[in-house]
Amino acid sequence: MPRLSVWTVRFSLIYLFLGFTFGALMLAQKGVPFAPWVWSLFPAHIDILLFGFVIQFAMGIAFWILPRYSGGSRGNETSFYITIGLLNLGIWIAALVGSFNLAGDWLAVGNTFKGIAALFFAVHAWGRIRHRQLTKPGER
Amino acid sequence: MPAIVRWYLRTALVMFVLALTVGVVQNLNGTLPFISAALTPVYFHLLMVGWVTQFIMGVAIWMLPKYSMQKPRANESLSWAAFILLNGGLLLRAVSEPLNYGSPGMIWGWLLVFSAFLQWMAGLFFVINSWRRVKAR
Repeated sequence: MPRLSVWTVRFSLIYLFLGFTFGALMLAQKGVPFAPWVWSLFPAHIDILLFGFVIQFAMGIAFWILPRYSGGSRGNETSFYITIGLLNLGIWIAALVGSFNLAGDWLAVGNTFKGIAALFFAVHAWGRIRHRQLTKPGER
Repeated sequence: MPAIVRWYLRTALVMFVLALTVGVVQNLNGTLPFISAALTPVYFHLLMVGWVTQFIMGVAIWMLPKYSMQKPRANESLSWAAFILLNGGLLLRAVSEPLNYGSPGMIWGWLLVFSAFLQWMAGLFFVINSWRRVKAR
């Protein structure tokens, strides 16, 4: 597994644990109310699990297992760094804005970062999604 | 495909069908008022935890780099424990949440707390066991 996938998948595992923790607190609050502020974690719970765990995990695994270019290259690694950086920045902005009920424009900023991350990832993965050209012996 | 992976993936498929069935039932609460509004979060979590998350977990247990030649899936008991805790907690929630909605402050509330704890433990066990396998070659 390449180092970039290692970090991406590990990030996603951290988000899984964080998202499950928030979810468990809210579910417990629903059963036996103990701290009403727990409900403020709801937007973060959704953002962290959907984008932080599910989507980031898929991206990390895709970077690892999609067909490689000739010479074993996985394409432009810088663009993947940017993808993961923007995605995580977007997740934190959206989660904090949602949980602390901050100004709505910041939510748009966070979601814009996530959108640009999606664009970078699509461009990165697009070239690696291809039919493998099998060559017969003697052919180039 | 190892037995544990088959259990994760097949259970995820069952949860997928169950989630969509609950989804249809909760859509009927306009015409059938006895259907609890608390089925909406049950539907959503059967779908996102029971289907999506459990399927990802199963594929991860299958595909992540081997921990070692002797223990390719690291501590498999942790993965089994996560499987039982996740599904036990989720099904307990599916039963106790609508009942707690109808009769708050009774035993169902504490069962919801217990189901939250079970699912949290499942997440913890899965993360611990997967973390060790996520490594550069």
